[in-house]
Amino acid sequence: MSRTALALSALLSLAAYSASADNAPVEIDIKAQAFVPAEIQVPAGVKVELHVVNTDDLPAEFESYDLSREIVVPGHGQVKVFIGPLDPGRYRFFNDFHQESEGYVVVTGDAKK
Amino acid sequence: MLATLIVVFREVIEAALIVAIVLGASRGIPGRGRWVSLGLGLGLAGAGLVALFADVINGSFSGNGQAIMNACILLAAVGMLAWHNIWMSSHGKELAAEVKQVGQAVLSGSKPLTALMIITLVAVMREGSEVVLFLWAIAAGGAEHFSMVIGGFIGLAAGVALGVLLYRGLLTIPLKHFFSVTGWLVLLIAAGLAAQAAAFFNQAGLLPALGNSLWDSSHILSQGSLPGQMLHVLVGYTARPSGIQLLFYGVTLTTILSLMHWVGKRHARALTRAP
Repeated sequence: MSRTALALSALLSLAAYSASADNAPVEIDIKAQAFVPAEIQVPAGVKVELHVVNTDDLPAEFESYDLSREIVVPGHGQVKVFIGPLDPGRYRFFNDFHQESEGYVVVTGDAKK
Repeated sequence: MLATLIVVFREVIEAALIVAIVLGASRGIPGRGRWVSLGLGLGLAGAGLVALFADVINGSFSGNGQAIMNACILLAAVGMLAWHNIWMSSHGKELAAEVKQVGQAVLSGSKPLTALMIITLVAVMREGSEVVLFLWAIAAGGAEHFSMVIGGFIGLAAGVALGVLLYRGLLTIPLKHFFSVTGWLVLLIAAGLAAQAAAFFNQAGLLPALGNSLWDSSHILSQGSLPGQMLHVLVGYTARPSGIQLLFYGVTLTTILSLMHWVGKRHARALTRAP
């Protein structure tokens, strides 16, 4: 098999990788710059779609070093963030525009599905 | 006021460090000041536009507009940094000689001035749009937020000062080693930005993570600390990287290095052949 064929098959498998998540989306609201709920539970080993909804006038930035995620949520706007598949554990996220506000993604269950 | 100061400072240093290194790396190239200033101006205008159309950008690409836009502009910056380094691999020696002896022969070949302009533009636009959005919302809140706006401007000044400090520091490196140091810095920044782009594609659900948290060094060096954040910009430090980030980092690093090596060798051969 040539290198081109290998590269091509790699590209095709990437293309087949869909942008859909395995479970229903999980919603996190931003109220008075804080996350509600401040802790969400997701199963291990699956891709999860988060909807971050900002109910404030002020913009927020949903950010996480643990998950390498970073997205601005405009005032009264909402954004979509995919996370996972993750190993069990606690992953911190915070509002980069209001750093005291933080939350956790708590991943439970068996990592190997 | 202090909270605002810190938020703005953190956003500004990312752009300031990149611009400082680009300015260092292009030392001696005639006209670089004008092109970097142009990049700065266009970047600020771009930051305003991105902030203004934040809702529209978010709504595009079925809600993934922001992540996709970030990934694409990061990759554009990676391309420009690569072009700069590859160009330097054949012109670096002449440039060093020229810096030493002003008024020597003018350099030949198309200079990566457009690259400098675009890198500056991208760095300023990306971080600037967040600052604009943030300060704007505070300013819109009324007079009681005045001290917060002041804090924002102090943060801006402090971030720029850190960039100036880094640039001054770079200039103290002896000329013999100067361009190899800046070359490595540019290379590592490019690889780090490519890894960031990978994270954004993964965030948008367009690329698989290929394993989350390949390692966790957040106890040794938190990405939220100032040194952690500076290393994040300068060498792409990530406390809990995913497989796709590492892959983008490695591929970018080896691709640029190979191209630099190849172009440098070809240039050296052409020089020895010339009468």
